[in-house]
Amino acid sequence: MKKIYFDNAATTQVDEKVIKEIQPYFDEKYGNASSAHEIGKQAKHAMEKARKTIAKSINAKRDEIIFTSGGTESNNFALKGLFFANYPEKNHIITTKIEHDCILRTCEWLEKQGVKVTYLDVDKEGFINLEDLKKTITDKTILVTIIHGNNEIGTIQDLESIGKICKEKNILFHTDACQSFTKVNLNVKKMNLDLVTLNAHKIHGPKGVGALYLRRNTKIVPLAHGGGHERNLRSGTENIPGIVGFAKSVDIANSKDVKKIAEMRDKIIENLLKIPNVTLNGPKENRLCNNINVSFNNIEGEAVGGYLENEGICTSTGSACASNTLKSSHVLKAIGLESLQSNSSIRVSISKYTTDEEIEYFLEKIKKIIEKLRKISPLVG
Amino acid sequence: MDYSKELLKHFTNPKYVKKIKNPDGVGEVGNVACGDIMHLEIKVEKNKIKDIGFRTFGCAAAIASSDVVCDLAKGKTIKQAEKITKDEIIKKLKKMPPIKVHCSILGIKTLKKAIKDYKKRDGK
Ligand SMILES: Cc1ncc(COP(=O)(O)O)c(C=O)c1O
Ligand code: FES
Repeated sequence: MKKIYFDNAATTQVDEKVIKEIQPYFDEKYGNASSAHEIGKQAKHAMEKARKTIAKSINAKRDEIIFTSGGTESNNFALKGLFFANYPEKNHIITTKIEHDCILRTCEWLEKQGVKVTYLDVDKEGFINLEDLKKTITDKTILVTIIHGNNEIGTIQDLESIGKICKEKNILFHTDACQSFTKVNLNVKKMNLDLVTLNAHKIHGPKGVGALYLRRNTKIVPLAHGGGHERNLRSGTENIPGIVGFAKSVDIANSKDVKKIAEMRDKIIENLLKIPNVTLNGPKENRLCNNINVSFNNIEGEAVGGYLENEGICTSTGSACASNTLKSSHVLKAIGLESLQSNSSIRVSISKYTTDEEIEYFLEKIKKIIEKLRKISPLVG
Repeated sequence: MDYSKELLKHFTNPKYVKKIKNPDGVGEVGNVACGDIMHLEIKVEKNKIKDIGFRTFGCAAAIASSDVVCDLAKGKTIKQAEKITKDEIIKKLKKMPPIKVHCSILGIKTLKKAIKDYKKRDGK
């Protein structure tokens, strides 16, 4: 059976142009960027070109990009690195209740080290309240870290307004932009960002590579010590194929694709909402172009996902049953969903490879699946 | 989730999804672990489970376990049905991811509750 991949928020298919770009860096230009010889210089050159591409895409300078192993590392580096550089003079971090686990677990670890963390509430569409943010900033605050595009419900925060507040109060501002990168305009100057987390595998690039944008003259302590790579901030031989592929994936991303994907998203949402007793999770406006998240009342999300997979369609769910801790999604909880509703949620995340035929097929199948599962549910009639 | 083919068969094509007309015993159990609900009804004749049906709000493992519990209980005497264990369910489903074992326990609990209800009604 042909697979329909509707889980692009988890990861994406690598673009064949990216694969082609990467290939020579395994068997021809395989050098170590630190080596003085020709083959090393080739690698170094490719890496610096990639750095420039990525810097330019967010209006940063080349030397403000530090390559890492991905979103998780960049987020850990940003938070822990600033903690080590500022603690105990400053001891407070502000974040939200809807961050990715790699921010939340890092914050919990920092709490054990003595940091106070404020987890901002969000409204029912997932937006933070700017007044709340203003009120929580103190002279002990190390940084404000707020996810740009939410990976579960697609909410895009107003980084420009948040950045203004941080600038007024002279507080460092970090965002996790793994989901929004190349989909939403990201401008570190306009948004007054000091640190930004990026990765490649959400944008048709390779896994295991990402970057941290770090504004010039920002004091941070490295996590990985060693040979002094990445201006002494992240030691370890650079992943040249990954970095080259990352830059290529940024290069080929374009607003035409974003527009097309957003139109497909709207069509899917519109049709899903025609099924009785279905609610949209997350906002209508300011939503990631590829994110759809709905609750099918009275049926369980893992079961919906299982039936969909039986038809060859890959999705994901925020249901407790599907998580390895049997807890439903913290994001859906934060937007006020009761556990029954979050347990009946499904996330459908599409990409530039999604076709109209796939959407038709999905919409046809999902209607039947919901009918069948509602017959199995004791909560219906 | 690492489900067996057998489990997926019961999940996608359960045989015992139905409401029983005038049931002799009804059991409903909520799962504290993940908030799911299983509902089971039995029809008893000459002390034997003549008919049985379930409805479940739950994951693939819960739905498959419900179906298998019904399959195991049907035709058995009340006494035999009371002795069904979660291990029998798991054996029928070939294997069960450890985190999903509680879903098969839910099946047993619901059956026992339906039997208890039957006994109560029957004045035993
Ligand atoms: C918002 C967000 N942040 C961070 C990550 C982690 O990135 P990575 O898988 O590159 O470590 C992800 C994806 O898993 C994500 O969606
Ligand atoms: S019913 Fe929730 S994990 Fe099985």
